[in-house]
Amino acid sequence: MPEPVAAPLLEMRGISKSFPGVRALDGVSFEIRAGEVHALVGENGAGKSTLMKILAGAQPADAGEIVIDGKAVQIAGPRDAERYGIAMIYQEFNLVPQLDVAANVMLGREPVRAGGWLDGGAARAVAAAAVKQLGLELPLTRPVGRLAVAQQQMVEIAKALVRKARVLVMDEPTAALTDREIDHLFETIRVLRERGVGIVYISHRLEELPRIADRITVLRDGRVVGGGRVAELPQHEMIRLMVGREMDQYYPSLPPLDPTAPVVLSVRDLRSGNAVRGVSFEAHAGEILGMAGLVGAGRTEIVRAIAAADVPSGGEVLIDGKPLHARGPRDTIAAGIALVTEDRKGQGLVLDMSIRENVSLPHLELFSRRFGFVDRVGERRATRGLVQELRIRTPSIEQRARNLSGGNQQKVVLAKWLTERARLFLFDEPTRGIDVGAKSEIYELMVELSKQGAAVVMVSSELPEVLGMSHRIVVVRDGTIAGVLTREEATRERVMSLATTAHGAA
Amino acid sequence: MGTTIDGKAIEQRARSAAVRAWIRYAVVAAVLVVLLALVAYFTRGAFLDPGNLINVLRQITYNAILAAGQTFVIITAGIDLSVGSLVSLCGVVMAMAANALPFHGVALVAAVLVVGALVGGFAGFVNALPVVRLGLPPFITTLAMMLMARGLAYKLSHGRPIPVNSDAFNTIGIGFTLQGLGHLFKLPGIPVAVLWMAVVLIVSGVVLARTRFGRYVYAIGGNIEAARLAGIPNRRVITAVYVISGICAAIASLLLMARFQSGSPQTGFGFELTVIAAVVVGGTSLFGGSGTIAGTFVGALLIGVLNNVMNLANVESYTQDIALGAVILLALILDQVRKRIWS
Ligand SMILES: Nc1ncnc2c1ncn2[C@@H]1O[C@H](COP(=O)(O)OP(=O)(O)OP(=O)(O)O)[C@@H](O)[C@H]1O
Ligand SMILES: [Mg+2]
Repeated sequence: MPEPVAAPLLEMRGISKSFPGVRALDGVSFEIRAGEVHALVGENGAGKSTLMKILAGAQPADAGEIVIDGKAVQIAGPRDAERYGIAMIYQEFNLVPQLDVAANVMLGREPVRAGGWLDGGAARAVAAAAVKQLGLELPLTRPVGRLAVAQQQMVEIAKALVRKARVLVMDEPTAALTDREIDHLFETIRVLRERGVGIVYISHRLEELPRIADRITVLRDGRVVGGGRVAELPQHEMIRLMVGREMDQYYPSLPPLDPTAPVVLSVRDLRSGNAVRGVSFEAHAGEILGMAGLVGAGRTEIVRAIAAADVPSGGEVLIDGKPLHARGPRDTIAAGIALVTEDRKGQGLVLDMSIRENVSLPHLELFSRRFGFVDRVGERRATRGLVQELRIRTPSIEQRARNLSGGNQQKVVLAKWLTERARLFLFDEPTRGIDVGAKSEIYELMVELSKQGAAVVMVSSELPEVLGMSHRIVVVRDGTIAGVLTREEATRERVMSLATTAHGAA
Repeated sequence: MGTTIDGKAIEQRARSAAVRAWIRYAVVAAVLVVLLALVAYFTRGAFLDPGNLINVLRQITYNAILAAGQTFVIITAGIDLSVGSLVSLCGVVMAMAANALPFHGVALVAAVLVVGALVGGFAGFVNALPVVRLGLPPFITTLAMMLMARGLAYKLSHGRPIPVNSDAFNTIGIGFTLQGLGHLFKLPGIPVAVLWMAVVLIVSGVVLARTRFGRYVYAIGGNIEAARLAGIPNRRVITAVYVISGICAAIASLLLMARFQSGSPQTGFGFELTVIAAVVVGGTSLFGGSGTIAGTFVGALLIGVLNNVMNLANVESYTQDIALGAVILLALILDQVRKRIWS
C-alpha cells in the first residue's frame, strides 16, 4: 500500500547504554511513525528490551536523545513516558490480579465523585467504551487474575487506550498465545494502527512479521544492522542480518528411530487434578516425542505430573520399566528426570542468584566436598563449559540471572539440567522467547541428548517446531490423548484436527 | 561487547568485580574510621578506651548470637519472633538443669547446654511445623511460640529467677581468656563470652556462604518454587533454620544465665526487636534471598556502639530509644540509596 512518508511521531537518536561488562546499546537510532507497526528484531541480548525500557523511562540512557513531534524531550521516569503518550506492555503484565477488569483498565485514573468517593459506574463505562473501541469482549467485573493470558493482554491494551497512548510497545506479545488468540491480537493491533497509534512490535517469531508489521529494524550486538519495509525484506535476509551469517538449515536432521530401542518412559492412565484425565503413552531411548495441543489442553500438567512437580492423583509412571513412586521433584530428579519448566522467572530461576549458582542448583551434590562444603572450583568449571556450549551471552558466570536478557535466561534454565545428563528430558516450551540462531542450537542439543540415549519429550505450541523436531507426536486434548502420529503421518491439518475436534458438548 | 565468552575475559571481569567489591569495603572502612573519630571526640576518649571497646563486644554478644540464627531465618523470607521468649525459657530450664544434674565443672556446662539446645531446637521445630506442613505464615507461628514460651518460663519458675548453685558457669559468665592478647592492651584478656560469639558467628558465616545447606537457604528465599523443582528438600531446610534460631537462643541464654548466675523468666523481653533490627541493618532483605552473617555482625555492632556512646554521653534512656529508632531507619535508607547507585 503506497502511503505518504509521514513525519516520525517519535525518534530515538544515537542511544547508547552500558551495563557493567556489557555494551547493550551503541548509538542506536530508531523512529516510529503514526499508524505504523514497526517490528524490532534481533538475537537474544541484542538490546531490544533495553532500548524500549529507555523509551518507557524504566532505565536511563547513557547518551542520545529522544525527539517527540520534533521536540527533544527528557524521559526520566515512567510518569514522563505516560505524559508523552508512550505505553509499554511487558511480557510480565503490570496488572493487579485481585482487581476486576474495569478497575485495572482505569488504574491510576479512577473517576471520583465529589468527596473523593470512587465512581465505579463511571469507571466501568469508560472501560467498557475502551474495550468496545478495540472490538473486544471482556468480562469487566471479573478479577484479572482469573482471566487467560490472552485476555490479560487485552486488558493491558485497553489500559493503554484509556491513557491515550500514541506509541504502544509490545515485547514478545505472542509468545504465550494460541494461533486463534494471535489472530485476535493482530486484529486489535490493526484497530489501533487505524487510530493512528504507532506500534513497536518485538518478536522472535519472524514468520508472523509479514502479517502484521509495516517496517522492520534489526539489532545486533546493540547496533542497528539493517531494516526496511517488511515487504522488501525476505525472512532469510532478516535472519542473516540478525545472526550475522547465512543460516540455511533450521531443523537438524533427526537420526532414524531404532525400533528395538528400549522404552525409557511409560505412562499408564496418569491422572492429576482436573487437567490430566487418564493419559498413557511411551517414549523410547533416542526418541524425541513432540506433544502438541491447544493451550490449556493439559500438556504442561502432564509433564509436571510425570516429574512429580504436581504429585499425580492416579496412574503410574515407569522409568526403564521400574515404577516410580515419587513424592516430589527430589525423587524424580534422582530417577533421572529433568523438567525444564515453561515459566522461567516463576519456576526456573532464582533471579538474585548468579548464573553459576542457578546452574548447579539441581545437582549440587555433584559439587560437594566433605562436610557439605560446595566445591566452587568444580562449579565454576562446569558452569563455564555450559555457558560456552549454549552460548549464553553474559560478561561473567557471576552475573545475576535477573540481569540477563530473556532468551539468555531461558538458556540458563536449560543449562541447569545439563550438568548431569538425565534419562528423560521433559521440555515445556523450550524455545519460547529464543532467537532463531539459538533455537536451532537448542534443537541440535535435543538431538544430541537423544543420541546419547535419553528420551526427550517436548511440549510446544509452535506447530512447525513440533512437526520438524519430533519422531512421533502425541496430541493432547482436554487432558486426554487424542491421538499419536508418526513423523510420516503428521501434517499441520491432522494435528490441528486432533487437537480441536470436540468430543461431546464443549 | 560482552558477546564473546572466552575464559580469560570472564576471569578478568570477575577480577574487576572483586576489585570493585574491595573498593566498596575500603569506602565503608573509611567512613567507619571517621565516625569513630567523631565518637571519640564527643565522648572525650572514653569510647576508644580498650576496656570500653571490649565492653561493647561483651554487650552485643547476646544480640549478635541471636541475630546470627535470625539471619538464616530471614534469608528464607521467614521471621522468628520467639527468640526473646526462648531465651527466657531456655534460661529457666537450664538453671533448673544446672541445679539438678549430677555433674561438675565443664561436664555440667556441656550437659546444661545440651538441655538448652534441645529445648530451643524443639521450639524451633514446633515453629516450623505449621509453616512447612500447612503453609502458615511464620509471623503467626512464632508469635504464638513467643507467648507460649514466655508463659511456660513463668510457670516453671513460679515467676521468680532461679539462682544457679554451681560455680561451674563463672568462666563463661565473667571469665577472661587469651590473657596474652589482653595484656597488650592492659586488659585481663578477652571475655570468654565474646569468644563464644566469635565462634557462633564464624561457624554460621561459613555454613551460609560455603556449604550446600547455605546455598539452599538462599535459593529458598530467592524463589521457593524454583528451589522445590530443583529437588531441594525445602521443608527440611526451612525446619532447620528455625531449629538453628532456637539453638542460638539457647546459646545466648546460657551466656546470660552464666553472667547473672540465674535463669530468669524476665530476661530476653523484647530481644526479638533488636535482633531483627541488627539483621536488617546488616543488609539482609526481609523479602529473603540475600544477606550475610558479616553484615549481621556489623548491624549488631552498630547498635551496640550507639547504645554505648549514648551511655557514655549520659543520654537519657528515652532519648536513646528515639535515637536508636532513627538510626535504624537511616541505615536502611542509606542502604537503599547505595543499592540504587551501585546497580
Ligand atoms: N540490568 C541489567 N544489568 C546488566 N546487564 C543487563 C541488564 N539489562 C540488560 N542487560 C544486558 O544487556 C544486553 C541487552 O539485553 P536486552 O534485554 O535488551 O536484550 P533483548 O534484545 O531484549 O534480548 P531477548 O530477545 O533475549 O529478550 C544483554 O547482554 C543483557 O545481559
Ligand atoms: Mg527482551
